Parts: sequence; structure tokens; C-alpha cells
Amino acid sequence: MTEQYSPLLELIKSRLREFYREPAIVFWVFGFPLLMAMGLGAAFRSKPPATPKIALIVQKDGAVSQENARLAELLLHSPRLTIQQLAQAEAKQKLARSQIDLIVSLDQHGATYIFDPKKETSPQARLLVDQEVQSAAGRKDVVKTRDQSVTEPGSRYIDFLIPGLIGMNLMGSSMWGVGYNLVVARKRKLLRRYAVTPMRRAHFLLSYFLSRSLFLSLELTLLVSFGVLVFGTAISGSLLAFVCAALLGAAAFAGISLIIGGRLDNTETANGWMNFVQLPMYVLSGTFFPYQHFPQWMHPAIEALPLTALNNALRAVYNEGAGLTAILPHALVLLAWGAVGFIVAVRTFRWQ
Amino acid sequence: MNAPIVCRDLVKRYGDKVAVAGINLEIRAGICFGLLGPNGAGKTTTVEMLEGLHRPTSGSIELFGLRYGSSDEQRIREKIGVQLQETQLADKLTVSEVIRLFRSFYDRGHSVPDLLRMVQLEPERDQRFHTLSGGQKQRVALATALAGAPELLFLDEPTTGLDPRARQVLWKVVEEFRDAGGTVVLTTHYMDEAAILCDEIAVMDSGRLIAQGSPRALIDSLGQVQFVEFEVAEAQAGFSAATLQGLPHIQKVDERRNRLRLTIARDLSALSAVLDVLAQLSVVPRGLTTHQATLDDVFLSLTGKELSDD
Repeated sequence: MTEQYSPLLELIKSRLREFYREPAIVFWVFGFPLLMAMGLGAAFRSKPPATPKIALIVQKDGAVSQENARLAELLLHSPRLTIQQLAQAEAKQKLARSQIDLIVSLDQHGATYIFDPKKETSPQARLLVDQEVQSAAGRKDVVKTRDQSVTEPGSRYIDFLIPGLIGMNLMGSSMWGVGYNLVVARKRKLLRRYAVTPMRRAHFLLSYFLSRSLFLSLELTLLVSFGVLVFGTAISGSLLAFVCAALLGAAAFAGISLIIGGRLDNTETANGWMNFVQLPMYVLSGTFFPYQHFPQWMHPAIEALPLTALNNALRAVYNEGAGLTAILPHALVLLAWGAVGFIVAVRTFRWQ
Repeated sequence: MNAPIVCRDLVKRYGDKVAVAGINLEIRAGICFGLLGPNGAGKTTTVEMLEGLHRPTSGSIELFGLRYGSSDEQRIREKIGVQLQETQLADKLTVSEVIRLFRSFYDRGHSVPDLLRMVQLEPERDQRFHTLSGGQKQRVALATALAGAPELLFLDEPTTGLDPRARQVLWKVVEEFRDAGGTVVLTTHYMDEAAILCDEIAVMDSGRLIAQGSPRALIDSLGQVQFVEFEVAEAQAGFSAATLQGLPHIQKVDERRNRLRLTIARDLSALSAVLDVLAQLSVVPRGLTTHQATLDDVFLSLTGKELSDD
């Protein structure tokens, strides 16, 4: 009887063990969002602009003029063009099949550009070739110009996606990890078994809160560092604001899931409710694409959803350098959801 | 010292349905008390009220002079250990982790190694709960109930579905607990379990206690009787149970399905006289058995139902 046991510590340890000894859950919480980020990141990565493909025809009715031969030689060797010399028939066929964007036909009258002006890359091809043709003929640029490229992190699709994935992941893991977990424990009559011990209810709830917070920090670290290492994304705003937004988001979803998990002892029904609550937010809340694509009249409703608030807050911090005050409106939405959830749950919670 | 359990006029209603219809109990310290009855008799509801899981519709419960729903409740919880029906403890935890978790809820109690020894699960200490057999799981549940070194132990059908060997192991743990001065409240629908473990028995049917006493006293309440049971071939259509009623030596005739059961005096001459009577009536008794009165017979005579009928 000398050994001392801390109930809170033992409860937390149990919750951690139940988690990491369930490989499927570990995958859904940690592996799945990474795969999602990788897959979507690869699909929507910024590609180098397509270079227009050009065919060159040199008309041979009579002798090829020396001038045209020189021009053809110049175009074929230009480092700025992807160009090949083809027979007329073949070139026409390729143009029809969209395998090339432009045909340059050289004859005694000069150059003729044959292209479909509605095809995206064709007018650009025409400009490129014309530039070469004209400067070969001696045209000089009259204004001096410089290029400045803007490709720094913050404006790419992956920059939009990563905070959204973090938000979605927080929603999933908080809801399944708290509400659904309670339903399972109630179904297994484990809650009523606890209820007949001297276990403090506060310890029990605290163990959920603390173990969720621990997982939360792991999830965040993993996804954020994945973004940094693989896609070069970074949190541009206040780290404190980021953590606060994440914590409030997790608390909001834990609260909502407590309403579902407060009474049910049937996992199928709980499963249905979980999906019923989450699925609309996957679509509406701007995880994969901006919710501004939806009609204007829907925006107030969408912005009241907790995942929208969380995504907006995370994105503001991530990409727009926001701090605590800037995310306050979103934080209030999350706080309201969490508070409503906890208040309802406290009134309806059943140990058996 | 206050009795471990005193309850008065205990009633539990669920809507129109009366699960427990007014029960008075006083359970002394240091005994194993059995609450017997068929499924639906109200045993589990009664026990779960005593465990503080349900509030009674009316009536009072005192455990060690303390009441639920007051500041005493935590003190009661420290003093009792509970094994519920069909609790599935955390599958992914090992035996010793589960026991350690429950031990941590109590201010005082046995050490985890002691608990493992008590329920004979030392070899399985690092096995995950879901890999255990039914009997081993029940012993883990028993260890969690014993974790706080309780003075009062509730066991709700602890051996239902277990094989004979597993039941015996469990009985031994319960006997040791009782012999060390602990009080046990046990529900069961196994007569043999009640006969072996219980010092005192209360029989429950339709929400009421219909008899109470030691197993011996309950059996003796039937009088000095024994039972003869047999089946009668269908060919003897002319014969009916009523023919036997009122014959000498036969005190009572019960008919269940096609099996007859005669209650006769507990001596050899009565038995041979009854067999003679059957021969005179040309009754060919099939599968004839005789036995001394058991708790099953007590239950049958009290309720007209067999205890093990589910």
C-alpha cells in the first residue's frame, strides 16, 4: 500500500495508450492529412508556363530566297523558341490535332502566321515568333524594360491548402477523439463502471482535455513542419495567434462532439451524426477552395460555421501575417460554438 | 458499527413498469449475500440502486450508515467494489494497466502486484485485455472491484457464461474475500453458485423478495421431502397427472411439459411405496430420477418457475 497512484495521470496514460495502440486511428489522425497534403500539393503544384510549340514551313515554289533561308536558320536555332521545320501537310495536321500552337510559313512575301486565336498559347506563340522575326530584320527595342518575378510563398495553392488541411484535421480528430470515444465507452458500459468508483468527474474530463491537447500539438507540429519541409510554406503571422486559433478550434469541435457523445450509446447512430455534422463543412468551409465561390447570400451562414472560422483564422495567421487581434472575430465564433457545446453537454451528459 | 447495507421500502418504477416493488433488506457484515431470481426479477435494478447507479423512485438506502446523493457519496465509493454485468474494460490496455487505472481512483487499496496475485493473473499481466478468455476478463473485472480494498463487494452475475473451471477460480477469490471479513452481495441465477458461496439468500421474483434465509433453512422450509421426476410415454393416453393426485405418500404433483414431478416424504419407504403405486397403475416411468431438495426446488415451489429459465 506504499505505492501512490495519480488518477489523472493514469487516465491520461490510458487515453494515450488506447490511441497509439490503434494503428488505424493513428493513420487517420496523422497519416491521412499528410497524404492529402502530398496528393493535392502535387496535383496543384505551380507548373512552369507551357512553352508554345511552333512549326516552320519554308515554301519552295521557285528558289528559296537567301533572306528566308537565313531567317529560317535563325528561328530554328533561337533559344527562346520550341520550333521544328515540317512539311506543309504534316504541319497542318499537327495544328489540327493541337499538337502545335502555330505555323510560321515563310514565302516570298515574308512570314505568315497560321494559328487559332482562341487557343490559349497560340497568340503568345505568334508574339514570340514575331519578336524574333522583326529583330532579325533589324528592329530595335526603344524602351528599356526589366522583369521582376513574384513567386514567393504565400500566394500559391499549397499555401491556401495547408491551413485548411490543419483546420479539417483539427475538426476530425477533436470530434472523433472526444464525442465518438465517449459513445464507445458508454456502449461498452465503461462509463458506468467508472461512475461507481471514487473517480473524480473533473479528472475524467481533464484527462480528455489534456490528452487532446497533447495530440493537438503533435498534429500541428507534424502538419506545419511538413508544409515547411516539403512545400516551403511558413507561418507568417504570430505563432501565439496560430496556437490560440488551433486550441479554440479544437475546443469548439470537442464541445460540439460532446453534444453528440453526451447521451448516445449506439456507435452507428453516433457515426451518422458525426458525418452529418462534418461533411457539409468539408464542402462549405473553404478547406480545398475558397468559400467565396458559393453565392453571396450563403456567406453569412458559411462564416458562422466553426470550420470556416477556424480556416479563416489559420489562413490569416499563416498567409497574411495576422496576430491575435486580427483573428478576434473568428476566435469569438469558435468560442461561442465551444461554449454552447459544453453547456449543452453538461446538462445532457449520461454516464450510462 | 453500521450494517453494510440497510434498505427500506425500496421502489423503482420506469414509467408504468415497476421493476422493484418495495424491498427491505439488512445485510450483516462478513457474509456473502445472494440475490436470486430469474432474469427480469429486478435483481440487477436492485443491486444497481445499492451501488448508487440509479436513484430509487422511493425508499431509502444506507451503506455503512451513509447515503448516496449527499457528501457521503464519495466515502461510500471508497468502501465498495463493484463488478457490473458485461463491462468491457479497455481492450487495448494490458491487464496490469487496467488494474492500475482502477487502483488509482482509490485513496487506499491493494498494490497492483497483490491484486494480480489475488485473481491469479500474474502470468497474463502484460497481455492486452481483448486477448483474454471470458474467465480471465471476469477476473480482471474482479481485480478492479477489489482494487480499493473494499469492505463491501458487489458482484452481478459474475460467472454467467463461464466454464466450470473458470467459475471455481472466481469462487475461490470471493470466498477468500469473505473469509477475510469482507461482505459480498452477489446476484446469480445459478443455484449451485448460490449454494456454494452464499451464507444468506434472498429470492426475488417480479420485483419482490419472496423468501429469505440461509440456503439450508430455505431448503428445509420445503419440509422433509424429496422429489421423483419422470416422463410418461404418450401411448399411455388414458393416464393423466390427476390420477396421481391424492394417492398415498404423494404430497404434490407438478407437471411441466411432459415431465411429472412428485413431491414425497424424505425416506426410502415412501419412495418404494410410490414406485409400487406407479406399477399398479401400469405407468412406465421414463428417465426416472430422484433427488433431495435443492434451492432450485425452493424456487420452483415459491414461484412455479425454474430459476434457470431464461
